Parts: sequence; structure tokens; C-alpha cells
Amino acid sequence: MSIRVYISRDAAAQSLGADETAAALQVAAAARGTPITLIRVGSRGMVWLEPLVEIEDASGQRIAYGPITPELVPELVKAGLFDAAPHPLRVGRVEDLPYFARQERLTFARVGIIDPVSVDEYLAHGGYVGLKRALGMTGTEIVHEVLESGLRGRGGAAFPTGIKWRTVLEQQVLQKYVVCNADEGDSGTFSDRMLMEGDPLCLIEGMTIAGIAVGATMGYIYLRCEYPHAGHALREAIAAARARGFLGPDVCGSGKAFDLEVRMGAGSYICGEETALLESLEGKRAEVRYRPPLPAIKGLFGQPTIINNVISLASVPIILERGAAFYRDYGMGRSRGTLPIQLAGNIKRGGLVEKAFGVTLRELLYDFGGASPSRKPRSSRAWSFR
Amino acid sequence: MAVTELDSDSTLERILTQHAGMAGPLLPILHAVQDELGCIAPAHVARIAQSLNLSRAEVHGVVSFYHYFRQHEPGRHVVQVCRAEACQAMHGERTEQHAKQALGVDYGGTSGDGVFTLEPAYCLGNCAAAPTVMVDEKLYGRVTPERLDSILADWRNR
Repeated sequence: MSIRVYISRDAAAQSLGADETAAALQVAAAARGTPITLIRVGSRGMVWLEPLVEIEDASGQRIAYGPITPELVPELVKAGLFDAAPHPLRVGRVEDLPYFARQERLTFARVGIIDPVSVDEYLAHGGYVGLKRALGMTGTEIVHEVLESGLRGRGGAAFPTGIKWRTVLEQQVLQKYVVCNADEGDSGTFSDRMLMEGDPLCLIEGMTIAGIAVGATMGYIYLRCEYPHAGHALREAIAAARARGFLGPDVCGSGKAFDLEVRMGAGSYICGEETALLESLEGKRAEVRYRPPLPAIKGLFGQPTIINNVISLASVPIILERGAAFYRDYGMGRSRGTLPIQLAGNIKRGGLVEKAFGVTLRELLYDFGGASPSRKPRSSRAWSFR
Repeated sequence: MAVTELDSDSTLERILTQHAGMAGPLLPILHAVQDELGCIAPAHVARIAQSLNLSRAEVHGVVSFYHYFRQHEPGRHVVQVCRAEACQAMHGERTEQHAKQALGVDYGGTSGDGVFTLEPAYCLGNCAAAPTVMVDEKLYGRVTPERLDSILADWRNR
């Protein structure tokens, strides 16, 4: 029987040699005559352990080893990697690592686990349950669910997502749009990128639900050009979803149309501002528009437009799947739900941590990040939390 | 890659045909032209403007607004060095200085042998594996000056 081997295709993992490690594993397996099936997944978010290699053992558990650079592969294979044998670099089940076990992964639940562009794996892990429920609801009911969840814009301004949606829903026009702001330009931020590379179908489902809710038939993902890997993953996933009827003129046989296109930015930081982004999508210089009118009333091509950040839209499927109350029960005060937090810079364990609102900086820096590898941080900017 | 004028013309016409009917087609057209022809030359601007019923000034205004679009052909490979805060916190400026020295150019320049064009990037989104460099579409993390040397050596012959 073929042994299942998981290794990330996330850009961060690739930047540390994941592709070369994958190739070395194929070579080593062939040399031993051990049949393996290599599955490229997103990143678990523990960047200090990348390239992370997970081996499915005889009982079906995924046993992780990391960091596994390509040079280490021959020695590891000799030491029994394919049998999930003990080794100093064996970290065990990812779910048992404190860094991972202490997280509350809602939006990132599938990232690092499934093949990001496989509709079958997406479905097997709870994908499209939210959309199917939404298709049985009225637009007003869907918007109410998002409002009740307490979800606020994750792009930074924290405007209630449901209020944006309600404004678009109320507009009585034929053409409306859904736009995803994937111009993640602030330094130290990479959660949008990880989600788009690791679970693009989740974003696609969130945008589809938005379209069904307000009666928009077309969506655009405006992606910064510094993220070519995310662009490839999104295009593959959109094609896969369309081939299975989850996008197109008749979404899941509902008679409702919704389709998506990825549009690349061109190196302009201002496009993170939503009205500048809309100008850019229209093919103009990205200059900020005067408001009013709001994009929800006159947005893309002058039509009512939902424009939300990647994580806001990718949080919608679980809200529809589990209900507003489930999501709202995470968090504190007016900040409901979870937030993917990025640890980077001069820190021992950099990566992505998804936690309910309320986690302290001390927990993030010491419990998760393990503080700085060098004794004295060079400046207060040495760590970055976003 | 040298492209003859005739090839360039037919490529541009094909790109314009492929984007006919698309909503807001200018940026996708400019991306396609740069991907296939290396840059967006004044002659391209004139033809794109005519095809979209825009003025040349409008198209030029868009091309010159966005840092990513080039009006001159780059070297065979583009090296982007991330200059954002997470990379700076991990001594990215050393990598940056080394890149300039190794290639003998400042940002925007192309090495004398025509192989590499050096560009700054303001976050490549690889902040937990800083400092970061991207060569064409290949991303590299924890790039020390020594690692940069081996990366450049690897790409020099591609």
C-alpha cells in the first residue's frame, strides 16, 4: 500500500525548500522501492518547522517531522521516516503540539490539512455546508445571520460586515458585485496569503454566499501581484469549483448565478483602500474616491458592491455552517469570533496563530512565539503582531 | 528574450482579442503584455489606447502609476528584495546591501551581463521566514548574504 506523505505548497514553506524536499522524498522512496503518494497541502502555520513533512502511519495518524530540508531526506528515510519511526526531528501529531493545540481554528480549520484545490477533500471536511444552507434561506435571513455573528471587517477597520451586506441587499438594481480585497500590503501580515494558498475554496464559498445573499452574480478577487503563488491556487480552485457546479450560471442547481475572477494588482500600496481598489479594478489609476456615495451604493462600475477583506469573507462559511451563535460565542466585548494573528520578525516561533479575541500579547510573545532568539531585541519593532 | 516587431504586433493583437468584452480590461491587458513581451513600450500604449477607445495619455497614466509595470525590458530574471519591517528586524538590510554589491546596481538597475534586474518589494508576505527575496516567481526565506550568493549562482545559468 502506498504511504501518504503530506508536505506544504504554501509560499513560506517553498521559500524554505519544500519543493526540493518533496522531490528528494520522491527520489528516496523510489530508490527504496517504497510507494508513496505525495499530497501538497497548505501550511499548518508553524513556519519555524517548515518544511514540515507529515507521514500517515498504519493507524491513519499524521506524524510530523520538521524542519526537513532536502539534504536531511536521505538520512531520515534511512532512519525509518516512512514508518513514522522515532527521530530527533519527529514532532509527533501536529494537533498535540501546544502551539497548535492552544489555538481556536475556525477560519483556518482546513488549512494545512487538505489539498487546497480538491473539491472532494473540501467537501469531506465540511466545505460547502454553509452555502447549501444559505441556498435554502432568503437574502434577508443570510444577512441577518452574518449580522448576528458579530463579524467585523478583518482588514483593519472592523466595520460590521453584516451592515455592509444589508446596504447592498437593499439596493433595487439588476447588477451588483462582490469584491474581495486581497491587497494584503502591510508588512508582517500574511494570513490572507496563507488562507488563499491553503484553503482557497473557503474564500470562494464565502464570496458565493455573499453573492447569493445580496443578489450579486459576479465577484472579483483583487490580488496583489507580490502573491503569484496565491494567484495560482485561487485560479486552480475556481476552475475546480466551476467544474463541479459550485460556481457558474446555476450554483448547486439553485437556478442562481455566481462566478468569480482573479484580478492582479500591480504594485500599488494604496489599493488596500477599498475605493482606490475599485478604481484599479475598473482599469484606472488607483486614486481614492470621495465618499459618499459608499461602495455599497455605488461601487464597482457604479453598481452596489460588497467589498470585504479575505479573512472576513472566509469566515462566512463557518458562520452559515454552524450558525451565528456558534461564532459569536468566541471572543470578548464587541470583538466576536476569532482572529488569525501573525507572529514574525525577531521571534523564535514565527507563524500563524488563530485565537478568539481576548488573547494577550504576553501569551502571543512568550507562550506561542517563544520570545526572541537573540537575547536583546534590537528594538520594539523586532516583533510584529498583526 | 528578443522579440521581433512583427511577433510583438501579432502577440499584442491576440492579447487584445482575448480580452475583448471583458469588464475593466486595462490592467489584465497590461499584465498580459508585460508577461509576454517583457515590458509595455510606447507603441503598445498607442495600440491599446486605440483598441479600448482611450487616449494615449490615459493609458500612459495607468502604466506609469503602477510600480509593477515597466516601460523598458528587464534582465532575464527579476530579483525582488523585501524591505518591509519584519525583514528589517532580521537584518534584511545586510541582504539588501549585498544584493546591490553582488549585482553592481541600485534598485531599478540591470546587472552588466543583462541577467538580473534588482527591484525593492514592500512585503512579500513571508514575514515569519525573513529576510525574503523573490527571483521571478520563486520565493526564498531566511536569505543571508551567503545564501543570496548561492541563489544568484543558481539562477545565473537559467
